[in-house]
Amino acid sequence: MDFGLMARIFPFFLEAALVTIELSLLSLALGLTVAAVITMFRLSRLRTLRAIGTLYVSLMRGTPCLIQLFILYFGGPQIGINLSPFAAGAIGLGMNIGAYMAEAMRGAILAVDRGQTEAARVLGFSRFETMRIVVLPQAAKLMIRPLGVNAVALVKGTALVSTISVVDLTYTAQRFIGSTYKPFEIFAVAAILYMAMIYALSKVVDFLDRRYAAA
Amino acid sequence: MQGLDFSVVSSYLDIIWVGVWWTATITVSASLVSVLGGILLAVAVLHGPSALRYPMRLFSWIFMGTPLLLQLYLIYFGLVQIGIDIPALAAGIIGLGLHFAVYNADILRAGITAVDMGQTEGARTLGFSRLQTLRYVIVPQALLNTAPPIGGNLIALLKESAIVSVIGVTELVHSAQLAISETYRPFEFYVIAAVLYYVLNLALEGILKVIETRVEATR
Amino acid sequence: MNAASKFAGANDRPMVQVIDAHKSFGAFEILKGINLSVNKGQIVAIIGPSGSGKSTLLRSINHLEALNKGEVWVDGIQVNRPLTGHAFEQHINSVRQRMGMVFQHFNLFPHMTVGENVTVGPIKLRKMPAARARDLAMELLGKVGLQDKYDAYPSRLSGGQKQRVAIARALAMEPSVMLFDEATSALDPELVDEVNLVMKQLASEHMTMIIVTHEMRFASEVADRVLFMDGGIVVEEGPPSEIFSNPRMDRTRTFLKKHLAG
Ligand SMILES: Nc1ncnc2c1ncn2[C@@H]1O[C@H](COP(=O)(O)OP(=O)(O)OP(=O)(O)O)[C@@H](O)[C@H]1O
Ligand SMILES: [Mg+2]
Repeated sequence: MDFGLMARIFPFFLEAALVTIELSLLSLALGLTVAAVITMFRLSRLRTLRAIGTLYVSLMRGTPCLIQLFILYFGGPQIGINLSPFAAGAIGLGMNIGAYMAEAMRGAILAVDRGQTEAARVLGFSRFETMRIVVLPQAAKLMIRPLGVNAVALVKGTALVSTISVVDLTYTAQRFIGSTYKPFEIFAVAAILYMAMIYALSKVVDFLDRRYAAA
Repeated sequence: MQGLDFSVVSSYLDIIWVGVWWTATITVSASLVSVLGGILLAVAVLHGPSALRYPMRLFSWIFMGTPLLLQLYLIYFGLVQIGIDIPALAAGIIGLGLHFAVYNADILRAGITAVDMGQTEGARTLGFSRLQTLRYVIVPQALLNTAPPIGGNLIALLKESAIVSVIGVTELVHSAQLAISETYRPFEFYVIAAVLYYVLNLALEGILKVIETRVEATR
Repeated sequence: MNAASKFAGANDRPMVQVIDAHKSFGAFEILKGINLSVNKGQIVAIIGPSGSGKSTLLRSINHLEALNKGEVWVDGIQVNRPLTGHAFEQHINSVRQRMGMVFQHFNLFPHMTVGENVTVGPIKLRKMPAARARDLAMELLGKVGLQDKYDAYPSRLSGGQKQRVAIARALAMEPSVMLFDEATSALDPELVDEVNLVMKQLASEHMTMIIVTHEMRFASEVADRVLFMDGGIVVEEGPPSEIFSNPRMDRTRTFLKKHLAG
């Protein structure tokens, strides 16, 4: 192992890692928003909304994220969508992970005992109030872990944007692997940074889970 | 804005078809690697010599903590620099297979531990060795019990197989890219590729459902 | 088995011999010097209160528990030979093939059909051709009255049927001795007899058997000799008539009073 090389390239990788972090945070925010909307659709009383929600989840989960990114970034201009690589990456990743997170949210909501809904409705709460006051607070606790799993997958998934020329951690690693002839050193530096991000993220999830779900 | 024209696809159907074929082949091969590798990893971590256990854990930890794309770069562009030249197709199958082997191993480890001690005793009193007991009695049961989550991993593997296109493996994405380089119609060809992945995904889900029904029949 | 019956009791060497067996789990000594000798074709029933070490003794004979001290011999071979590593592994696998063991909870392989459960040993261990193993399995399943279940999975069977398959599976290895650890105590009362019947049939064929049981009546009917264990020692042993109607030891009497009454 050439530790000297690793130390020398580290600053470049740190900078690239910042891009990865930025991208992760943006697509996480977008993903959660998309997931919340889709989940509302899927729990709606309107058949059309439910169908849209189901179709969205099925399409996004049934096709590779890479292809989704390519359609958006390379195909977008053909239908009048011109995005920078970074924007296409953030939007594409967010819309993709949103479908998985919607699934996690729905799972958590369905896991709340039916008796809870019935008890609230018997008291005279409306469907909406029942959801807001009784079901969601309980479901929210149940979704922390599954959403955390999705978030970790998202961080690793951001590597895909290197294929649409976003200069992220994987892009940088690929460049250096091609030029230094020290593949393991390069891999190790990138791996350490990815694992550090995932470790930090899992600590946040642990904290949230302990803070809100336990008890 | 050039407007969409899906009719161009029709003259590239044979290229696309080759891509579908290779995507299916890669998925099946990498699935086999991932399940067999998963079994070996799980057994090694649970029953292997302790000298083997820690390297295995480290290996799993690194594979789970880094993107598949980065792993493929290491295997394909990296290993060749230290004299290990693996063809792109093999690198793709091995990379994809090992990546999911680690996840399968995690599931199988729990599955193996969950098999009742009585099963081991039942096999051992018949005279089966440790290895035979694992092979004929414990691992098959663990596989049956973990079929649903492992099936889930194989579905993920199918979709992630698109990533091997970046190291130049000929498969569905790569076929689409070939057609695009001639027609400059990325939208149409990527959408067609997406549709085909969707169909492959449905087919795989169908197969897994059949397997699960078979498994249920033994219960 | 016919050959066995001809020479039953005529051998100078016992089929099973346990010499001064000691076994501790942590600080607890569970077996405190057990001696046991079972001749070919003999049937020994082991009775005693819960926790007295009956299962531990039986499992030690099969080396599911390793003794801390003492020797176990089966069919002229020392089971707990002082070997290590691979050599011991090979040794134990081959001696175990001479013993059939039947567990309280059956331990059938749930991923295999009844037929596969019975043939897997002969095919994989005795290298028997599949067709011959099938014939053997059919014969043995016929013997326990379950020929029609050959292709069924264990989950479809009643407890009594499962236990009969487990007996057939053990017999398929053509063992010289059968060990039963409370073969009927996990069964619903109405299913006990069908399993006991199979064991009686084996007894009539002069199979050497060691039977740990809580059923005093069954023990008295089937056993040539009864061992009463308590606190890790053999308190008393003798023919069933003696042990059940005229026990010499107080501990035996107290135990039997409780168990014969109920
Ligand atoms: N693996 C073990 N580790 C620790 N203690 C054990 C183990 N196996 C058995 N024991 C203890 O050894 C004692 C004797 O157990 P054993 O199963 O031999 O009794 P038993 O006579 O078969 O009783 P039962 O009639 O309830 O089956 C019990 O106190 C039990 O808790
Ligand atoms: Mg017992």
